[in-house]
Amino acid sequence: MSKHHVAEEQITYAKILDLGMKVGFLALLASFAIYVFGVMDAHVPVSELPNYWNLPVHEYMQKAGIHGGWWWLGQLGKGDLLNFIGIAFLAGVSILCYLAVIPALFRKGDTIYAFLAITEVLVLLLAASGVLKGGGH
Amino acid sequence: MNTNLKKMLGLIAGLSLVTIACAGLSYANNPTEATAAAAAVVPNSTMPWWAWPLLLFVVTFVMGIIAVLGGVGGGVLFVPIIGGFFPFHIDFVRGAGLLVALAGALAAGPGLLKKGMADLRLAMPVALIASSCAIIGAMIGLALPANIINIALGATILGIVVIMLIAKKSEYPDVKQPDSLSTALRISGVYFEPTSGKDINWQIHRTPQGLATFIVIGVMAGMFGLGAGWANVPVLNLMMGAPLKVSVATSKFLLSITDTSAAWIYINKGAVLPMLVAPSIIGIMLGSIVGVRILAKAKPAAIRYVVIGILIFSGLRALLKGLKIWN
Repeated sequence: MSKHHVAEEQITYAKILDLGMKVGFLALLASFAIYVFGVMDAHVPVSELPNYWNLPVHEYMQKAGIHGGWWWLGQLGKGDLLNFIGIAFLAGVSILCYLAVIPALFRKGDTIYAFLAITEVLVLLLAASGVLKGGGH
Repeated sequence: MNTNLKKMLGLIAGLSLVTIACAGLSYANNPTEATAAAAAVVPNSTMPWWAWPLLLFVVTFVMGIIAVLGGVGGGVLFVPIIGGFFPFHIDFVRGAGLLVALAGALAAGPGLLKKGMADLRLAMPVALIASSCAIIGAMIGLALPANIINIALGATILGIVVIMLIAKKSEYPDVKQPDSLSTALRISGVYFEPTSGKDINWQIHRTPQGLATFIVIGVMAGMFGLGAGWANVPVLNLMMGAPLKVSVATSKFLLSITDTSAAWIYINKGAVLPMLVAPSIIGIMLGSIVGVRILAKAKPAAIRYVVIGILIFSGLRALLKGLKIWN
């Protein structure tokens, strides 16, 4: 496959996606090892998890003292919540990829796609922000 | 994925299996923790807590192999099987299912984009619609009671089986005239087909209809945490006319964006348990690597029917669980 078939911004996107996936995956793996080996105290001890994992999410949050949104970011001293670094990275890498291709799209005069990329970033940031509240069941 | 990454993932996954097993044994050998663990056996089960993540790893490993050989995404197998036969609540299973599908898409995406098989220009408008609607789907899904979700999930899985049985595939769909929207967006491309040694030019049609269909696909992906390759490929290939390989690759890449938006809703709502997510991601990624190796040597024709059989069984299980007939 000759390179001329693949657009510059597509290659940029792929490189960042590749790096982000590896970083996120390794972070998740390392934090999971810390968690299951009990290197750090967990907010919910692993031995107590079976009391919670069969509950609906809102009930689990109430009983286990878990809060929504980015609350976990202030609790990184807890082994279980430390895992959210890797999870958030995996869920956030696409935002970085889109941000990286926007300048290249504008440079090429591809205004429609540049605005599509900006809108996608805004959609993903809205989802990540935690401001969207769904009803609990 | 390149060979070094595959080796690294293989090593990591092997270590993870040992890690979960050792962690479990260390708890079992610690008198204080053992007492707590003994008290914390899973309700309706005699198994200790650590046996479940270990079993989850083994099941997702096998699932990863079967998914590759059967030509389906891991997410579509993960949610009904883990939701139907493991003690975890369907809220957490869907959150983990989205992250499993996301991880698979993130792993495959870079290679598919670099080779030009997945097309960013085709993916971007579709992804914007699907990811926006996946947010709505996730919010609806987390607001509905578990039995309603199980009924809808069971019906959806059985619908997917029907799609798998009747949907035809077209290697190179005949697109005589691209529509005005795809022309305006300049959605077309060229990819190298190694089997024929030729460059294949492609273009698409029925773009507005295709984009409208992704509203439904996005909502369902977010609601059930299934991934959406089962729907993406027929729409891109049969409705919009993209070549089969471009459709499959772009669909896989698309999941990295669609599932991202829905995954954030589940994360922010507390519906992500690391104890489910980590073993599942590692298991399914390792299984996929093994599956690809088996696929390179042989593709047992029967595996497709095994996948269909599993989907029928797990779809019925979800349906009957939702109807409180089989709890």
